[in-house]
Amino acid sequence: MSEAKVDRRDFLSSGGRFLLLTSAAAAAYEHVLAGAPEKAPNYKTTEHWWAMTIDIDRCIGCGNCVRACKTENDVPIESSFFRTWVERYHVEGTEMERPEVDSPNGGYDGFREKYKAGEGSKDFFVPKLCNHCAHSPCVQVCPVGATFVSPDGVVMVDKAYCLGCRYCVLACPYGCRFIDPRTETVDKCSLCYHRITKGLTTACCETCPTGARKLGDLKNPNDPIHEFLKNHKVHVLKPQMATGAKVFYHALDGSVR
Amino acid sequence: MEQILAGVEGFMYPNEVELQWSILIVLYPFITGLVAGAFILASLERVFNVEAVKPTYRLALLTALAFLLVAPLPLQLHLGHPERSLEMYLTPHLTSAMAMFGFVYLWYLMVVLVLEIWLDYRKEIVLMARKSTGATKLLYRVMSLGVDNISEESLRIDHKLGTFLTIVGIPSAFLLHGYVGFIFGSIKANPWWSTPLMPIVFLFSAIVSGIATVMLMYMAITVVRGGKIDMPCVDTIARYLMYAFIVDFSLEMLDLIHRVYEADESFKSLDFMVHTRLYTSQVILQIVIGTIIPIGLLAMTQLIKLTDGARKGIYSVAGCLTLIGIFSMRWNVVIGGQLFSKSFLGYTTYKMAFATKEGLLPALVLMVLPFVILWVLVKLLPPWEEEAPALSDGPGDGI
Repeated sequence: MSEAKVDRRDFLSSGGRFLLLTSAAAAAYEHVLAGAPEKAPNYKTTEHWWAMTIDIDRCIGCGNCVRACKTENDVPIESSFFRTWVERYHVEGTEMERPEVDSPNGGYDGFREKYKAGEGSKDFFVPKLCNHCAHSPCVQVCPVGATFVSPDGVVMVDKAYCLGCRYCVLACPYGCRFIDPRTETVDKCSLCYHRITKGLTTACCETCPTGARKLGDLKNPNDPIHEFLKNHKVHVLKPQMATGAKVFYHALDGSVR
Repeated sequence: MEQILAGVEGFMYPNEVELQWSILIVLYPFITGLVAGAFILASLERVFNVEAVKPTYRLALLTALAFLLVAPLPLQLHLGHPERSLEMYLTPHLTSAMAMFGFVYLWYLMVVLVLEIWLDYRKEIVLMARKSTGATKLLYRVMSLGVDNISEESLRIDHKLGTFLTIVGIPSAFLLHGYVGFIFGSIKANPWWSTPLMPIVFLFSAIVSGIATVMLMYMAITVVRGGKIDMPCVDTIARYLMYAFIVDFSLEMLDLIHRVYEADESFKSLDFMVHTRLYTSQVILQIVIGTIIPIGLLAMTQLIKLTDGARKGIYSVAGCLTLIGIFSMRWNVVIGGQLFSKSFLGYTTYKMAFATKEGLLPALVLMVLPFVILWVLVKLLPPWEEEAPALSDGPGDGI
């Protein structure tokens, strides 16, 4: 058995590399921690009630959220399947009832400049997703209960149980559901349940460069969502539907539907 | 997908571009409507003692059964996971209108229709079982459910029970089709569907289509058999058809006037749709060709004295136009309700495939199937008094 020879040069080289890698890993880990809102090793569904806030004034229509959602949740890439998408509104003067709206490929590729500012009109982006309604029409109509509201307020689908009857798709006032052609079952935003139960935020909120979308826990008194709701005038989509929508929009224009 | 996107006008929510409910779901209310309507016509004779329609009583019941057996098939074909459909019975979600389908269907099929037909035909079944031999004998013995008693007393009980079942059957028929209307009418997200009038409009249109079908079937089968059409019978049926049609049309017009007058947020969008993408199927086919003309034709037979031949011709044309009109109505509800965006800013197009799971071909097969079933039923249980098996020379010479 020969004795391993380590000279001073080898020691310094490997030791230096080790120190460098460790510090890089430590820095990276710190960065990961900074991105995670709160650690939740013992997640209890009854202790949360999830909601989201969207600040229209902050949305720049970059499409990061759409791309992140499709990747994170393995959403079919075709242009008629979205768990979240972004719409561009162009409203001229008092034409509240007739806004020009587009959402090319759901905003996945961002938006090409189409309108010039300051011509008596306004343009803005509206990110959309499931509103995780407290009184959800989609849950109401599901014939077998495959669509349900979790105790922490997330509307979800049991894909192993869904018949694929599409009644819920038609009952959703917001167009948030689609049939996944690969499974022939319904699919929709799950509020990244696999992430939020581990203390992470949703993929769309995580990747939003301006902080326009923010996940909030209404049952957590320390969650910044309370401060946001207190200090901003907010609105939900189609309030006349009385669905108990939990996606709260700040600066939502009356032309948005 | 490119083809569908090319058919989009204005703005649709991205997930809305493709239609969810196809021609198969158009067939579902159309077929259940025929069931409910045929049954209600049958009950006219039994409960309300309208003797004139007696020649169609049994045919109406068998027609209802033939269509009812086919009614769940389009739904089953349409499901993404038909193998899970039993879950609707095992773990029904009680707040869902659709979950009740299975129960309403089973109630209507087994408790009302099959039982009523069995009671009505029991004597013939037993006699047939006695007369025939071999497999035919076995078949009729199975159909008799082992009950061999056809004494006067026993038949009197059958008749009383049958009348009771018909009385139960009328609200059940109302339930069956009113319920189908509720499936659409209760969807608040869709202004084209969401109206409390929907179940009642569905119900009356069902009665109209059922009466028209039985009237046409009776005339066609009688002619094919070389028999003589009982004119007082078809005159009475045609009169009831006209009454039901007038109520149906009034309800639909009430809905229309209400929408036009209220002109709520969805009105402009829906109005545009009716004037463009739905113009042919709604205005031309449903309202003009499928409603106003047949009502006018039927009214003419009431106002002008016409020959038997002329009346037969008019009833045939009016009956066919009625069915076109009611089918268009189902189409306009189901397909029309998905052509506009819930943003009220755009429209999509329905591209019907041919030989796919939800294409035109399976739809055609499903429309022919009830007639095949009816043919078998008529062979087994001849609805004609003069050729009832008890009086015939041998088995199977029904029609």
